[in-house]
This record gives sequence, C-alpha cells and structure tokens, in this order.
Amino acid sequence: MKNTMGIILTGGSNNRLKELSTTRSISAIPVGGKYRAIDFILSNMVNSGITNVGVLTQYSFRSLMDHLGAGKEWDLDRRKNGLFIFPPYLSSEDTGWYKGTADAMHNNLTFLKRSDEDYVLIAQGNCVFNMDFNSLIDYHSAKDADITIVYRDMHDFTSEDLSLLGLMKMDQDNRVTDLQEKPLHPFTTIASTGVYFLKRELLISLLEECVAHGDYDFVKDVLIKKLGELKVYGFEFKGHWRNLSTIQLYYKCNMELLSPEVRNELFIQNGKIYTKVKDEPPAKYNEEAEVRNSIIADGCIIEGLIENSVLFRGVVVKKGAVIRDSIIMQGSLIEEGVTLQHAILDKGVTVTRSKFLKGEPNWPIILGKNVTV
Amino acid sequence: MGNKEIIALLLAGGQGSRLGVLTKTIAKPAVLYGGKYRIIDFSLSNCVNSGIDTVGVLTQYQPLKLNSHIGIGKPWDLDRVNGGVTILSPYLKEEAGEWYKGTANAVFQNIQYVDKLAPEYVIILSGDHIYKMDYSLMLDFHKKNNSEATISVINVSMEEASRYGIMNTHETGRIYEFEEKPKKPKSTLASMGVYIFSWEVLRDYLIRDDADTSSEHDFGKNIIPAMLQDGRSMWAYRFDGYWKDVGTIQAFWESNMDLIRRVPEFNLFDPTSRTYTPNPVQPAHYIGPGGSVKKSIIAEGCMIYGKVRNSVIFPGVLIQEGAEVEDSIIMSYSIVGSNSHINRCITGERVKIGDNVKAGIGEMLPNEFKPGIYNSGITVMGDQAEIPDNAEIGRNVMIDLNASREDFCSLQVASGKSVFKGGVCE
Repeated sequence: MKNTMGIILTGGSNNRLKELSTTRSISAIPVGGKYRAIDFILSNMVNSGITNVGVLTQYSFRSLMDHLGAGKEWDLDRRKNGLFIFPPYLSSEDTGWYKGTADAMHNNLTFLKRSDEDYVLIAQGNCVFNMDFNSLIDYHSAKDADITIVYRDMHDFTSEDLSLLGLMKMDQDNRVTDLQEKPLHPFTTIASTGVYFLKRELLISLLEECVAHGDYDFVKDVLIKKLGELKVYGFEFKGHWRNLSTIQLYYKCNMELLSPEVRNELFIQNGKIYTKVKDEPPAKYNEEAEVRNSIIADGCIIEGLIENSVLFRGVVVKKGAVIRDSIIMQGSLIEEGVTLQHAILDKGVTVTRSKFLKGEPNWPIILGKNVTV
Repeated sequence: MGNKEIIALLLAGGQGSRLGVLTKTIAKPAVLYGGKYRIIDFSLSNCVNSGIDTVGVLTQYQPLKLNSHIGIGKPWDLDRVNGGVTILSPYLKEEAGEWYKGTANAVFQNIQYVDKLAPEYVIILSGDHIYKMDYSLMLDFHKKNNSEATISVINVSMEEASRYGIMNTHETGRIYEFEEKPKKPKSTLASMGVYIFSWEVLRDYLIRDDADTSSEHDFGKNIIPAMLQDGRSMWAYRFDGYWKDVGTIQAFWESNMDLIRRVPEFNLFDPTSRTYTPNPVQPAHYIGPGGSVKKSIIAEGCMIYGKVRNSVIFPGVLIQEGAEVEDSIIMSYSIVGSNSHINRCITGERVKIGDNVKAGIGEMLPNEFKPGIYNSGITVMGDQAEIPDNAEIGRNVMIDLNASREDFCSLQVASGKSVFKGGVCE
C-alpha cells in the first residue's frame, strides 16, 4: 500500500475507562502484557506497507508520545515519510484544543496536503485487531466507492456494548444506507470499526467543507451527513476485533488473550505486532511459583499462585500471594499472602502483605497508578 | 579527528571448540545464554554501561551470526554519529591478505582504525565471558597508578590457578611477573583477558611484536611478557564479581543454571547495569492450564503447556502437554512434543523434539566420538535437529546440526553415541 497514507485518531476524553484513562490517552492503555493499544493499528499499517503515518493526539498525550518516540520500533524512523505526531497547538485563528476528529484533521491539513499518496486510511488508536489493509484498495475501486468503511458483525458483543459503537445498515451491494453513532437501542450487530478508506483529495475537500460549516466531527458531520451524496461502502473484517472503550471491554479483551486461538490470530499467524522494547531480562520463576493459564511478561519474578491473569513487565509476586482473573500492569509489587481476584492494577501499584481485594467479573476493582494499598 | 579518551576493542574471534556442536557454525561470543542473550552482549553492555561509546569488534571465525546480531549497534545505543560499533574483519592488503594470527596480531592489523580515533587509552576485551564490570573504575585505577598496562584479575582457587594466566604482584598491585598456566602457581590472581593500555605504548609494542617472527602474536604470551621485561608500569586491577569463562559444555550449563537461583550471584535484574540485546518481536509468554514452571527462566513468546523445572527457556519455545523439561537449556523456537521427558539436555535453536521422546536417560558414559567435550552427562542437540517420536536418547549424546529423522539409525541412541547429519549407521 505504498500509495496510501495513514491517520490514527487517538480519541477524546473518556471517563468510561475510569482511573485507567486519567493520566493517559486510551490509545496508550497497556494491553496483553507488553503492548499499548495503539501498537495494533500502527503495526497493521506498517505490515500493510503504509510508511507515512500521522497520529493526532488530544488528551493526556505525554505517555503516548513517550511510547511512540521517533517510531523506531515500527521502522517508521525514516528519511522520507515516517511517523508524525500532531498534538493540538495554538495559532492565530485557533484556540488550540481539537473540537472533534474532523477539526483535528483539519488543523493538520498541511500534513495531508504535503503528502503525495493518493489514498488515506483513517483508523482509531484504541482497537485490538490484526488486519492486512491491502485488499481494501481493490475493493474500493471495484465498488467505485468514495469512502469504504471497514465493518464487523459484532454478534459477540452485548447490546450494552453495541450501543457504544457506530452501527450501520447496508443494501445488498454493501452500500451503506444508514449509520448511527452510539445509538441508544442497537438496531443491528453490524458495526463500523472506525477504519475509513478514501482518496486524499476527497478527504481534504470534505474537511474544508465541514469546518467551513462550523462542524467538527468526522463521523457525525461528514460521514452521516454525506451518506446520500457520496458512495459509501462497507468492507467486512471477519477476524478478532475489540475496542477498548469501557472497563468491561478492556477487562474482557485482556482475558480473551488467554485463548490460544485469539493469541495465534493476533500475534503469530499474521503480521507481527511491534511495541517499544524495554530490555527486561526473561521472567524468573522461583520454587513456589504456580502459574496456570496466564500471560507473563519479561522481567517478572514469580513466587506466588497465578491463574487466568495477565502480568505486564517487571511485576513481582511474592510467596503465598494468590492472583486470579486479574490484570497487573508494569512494575507492580504483590507482597506475601495477598489475594487478588477480578482486579486491574495500573502501573507501579504496591499491594502490601495479606491484603484481600476482590472485584466482580463484570466490575473489576481498579487500583490507580502508583498507589500503595 | 578523534577526541575519545578510551575506545574498546572486542576480540570476538574465539572458536570455542570445546562447546562442540553449539559452536559448529557460530563463534563462541555468538552462543545464546541466559534465556535471551548472546555471550558477547555482556561485554558490549559493559562498554555502554561504562560510558564507552566506541567499540571495534574483531571477528574471524564464523562471523555471520555475530555480524547480524550486532548490526549497527542499535540495541546497545551504539548507532552513533560520533563513534559507535564497527565490525573489524580481516581483509586483503596490497601485498598480501592474511587472517588474524593471534590476539595481538588482530589488534595490530587494525592500528589504522585506532589511530583515526586517536584515543588516549584502549581497553582490550574478549567476547567469551559472562560478567558485569564497570570499566570506568578500572580506567580510574589505571590513571591513578600512572599505569601503562592494567590487567583485570580475579581470585581463583589454587587448583584452578594452573588453568589460567597468573599475575604475581607486589602488595601495591604492581605486577612483577606473569606466568601462563603455571604448574606451581605463586598467586591465585588470574587474568580475565581484560586489558587497558595507554595506546601510544601498546602501539609501539604491537609493531615490535609483528616484526618478531618467533612470536605467537598473543597478548598473554608475548605482549605482556615483553612489557614486563622492559620494566613498564603494569598493574593488576582486582575484580570481585561474578566472572565465568563458559568454555566447556559443563561450564556453560552451570553458568546458565546459576541464573535460576533465588537470588543469583549474577543478577540480570539489576536495573543499574542492564544487559542489552536485540529484542525478539514476540508477545509475552503464556503458561497453559496444565502447565507448571518452577525454578526456571522463561523468555517471551514461549508457550508452556507441560512442566518445566530447573531450566532456562529461550524465546518462542513451545512445550506441549504432558512434556517435562528438567535441568535443561532449550534455545529459541524449539519444540518439545507432548509427553516427552527431557533431562539435562541443551538444545540449539529450532530443534524439534517429537512426541513421547525420552532424552538424558541411562548410564553415564562419555561420548565415544568426542569424549573430551561431551562427558559431564549433558546431551547436546545442534540447531534445527529433529528428534523422531518415541526416541530414547542417553546421556552425553551429540546430535548434529540439522540431523533429521532419517539420520537416526535406531530410535534407541545409547549414552555416549552420536547422531550425524547424513552420517552412516554403524
């Protein structure tokens, strides 16, 4: 996909992720023992041959910028093209913060105009999936589409989760006839994955028109308004796809990674998922360790019992500690005799001796960054 | 042009022939170690952690793996505009091309490289040892004593001393005598093969050594004795940490096993002196519902459905259900089939062990083909070897690189036997 550039939207503020998103953009949320959410879309783009990628950031983007750096890990530290990060900025006619996704892209029109690719792939930074975008181009031109939206049949989502997605109706030819963003009563399981493919020139003119009308959201003010006028088609993605917009979805997504089929699809069978490297030594298990059905990252030292859990880098679990159905992020310390179940521990949490913390499967208990309990 | 105070020259040409099939196609510094690293990573990381940003790596024997491992030095932050890592392999000169004839000759042939950088000091390292050392402290010692050559030494036992180059020193640390593998050692201070020289002085001795046709062109045998004879200022710098020459199968196995102790003497987890290596692009590892891991090290990308105990497992290894791995080192991307029992084995990379295999069983007999190498009860399987289902393999067995099912004359390979690639059955 040499002729396509990528734009990653890293999303607005979201309090449905509670403590996990207070200090970081959702796209920077840690997933699966060593990744951040944005690694998936970024790796998908790189694996598909896209080498000119812009990341639009808005809220709490420090950790995201730190993670992405110059794009070395994704081979995006390039002479020509590469990785560009666009935080909001003040200018003579602007207030700074992006008012919405279209506004964010419009603010960086120069990037779009200066690029020379014919196509743009727009995607969200908070989705976990592994997809090769190459077949999009052929589909797009075969349908003579103006915009192609990648959709997935989300039959495996609850209606509560469905109502957080963009749901769409298509005719027999897969032309999109209706698109509703976060409908209160889900009318279908066909959901947009937030991946849009269109000509760069078209995007520029749509953005200019949108902003000229005082509008600022790409889905509400561009896609939905233009459904009749433009030829918008759906392209089905059949693989594993999850978005991380609530605590429940985040928790479930990590637990699903314990399934060999899901891990195989995401990490082994298809293109590789790249992330920032940390140079931790391999994980060390001492005599007392008992670990079953869990993901354990490098740099961990394990002496306790761990079941159905995801441990990130450098977690230390002392003797007699019992961890079940939990997510423990980087650098946390679980002392002797602690019991954790259905818990999400953010980075650098210390749980002192013999504490007992238990959440519910649908409401995991959350401990914020660097707290000591 | 240069303004570096000190640069490092890393001698990575060691063949390591006593590591048998592990060094058949790679140099000793490229051998995998500790679940993630290659032996050379320790010297390279020491350089970086000591503030040395210019390293010449001298390769000769089977350099392919080493070259691709080091690349442009990215993992060690040695991809620099000013300095960085340079691979120095022997090359053809106008008059004649020649291999490196010895450690000193290897440095002699690269005098131009050093001259261009014009450092005040050079540190000569060998890429064969496992240790963490801050060379900047050794340099301070070198400067403080107005030394012209400083040799790092470690205290060994009296019995071991006759296997090393031994430094005899005055109380102050000044060296008055050097003995290579003495029968009756006068001291137990063994040279670690780490030298700091003042470049001007060393340069002079290298040129003189090259002219001497009777010389073996070796630092230990020729350069150091010649300097001592001239009464140069030479000092022994005492190092007290963990230092291992993993030159034999047994020593290699033991040093890997040192890492799985509760608080290992050699601590990879120490955040103040990280060891760097190219990171595999692999997800975090997974322990299956029936899996069990105790007293072991497990790297990224592994999938463990069986039992692992007292072992070191490298990236991307698959251990299937019912399999049991004990006291073993399993290198990258190898597979242990279901219900196989592996005991005291070292496997190379991408070894495929079938189902219901038993390895490391039976009598203690040294290997018949190379008794000097495989004699401590450890069975070694070369890279990409394939072990057929239901095979029973004894101790001290050598399985050749790329050996396949057809190369097994029988499913029973008794202790001390070998399986050769394309070999003829006895």
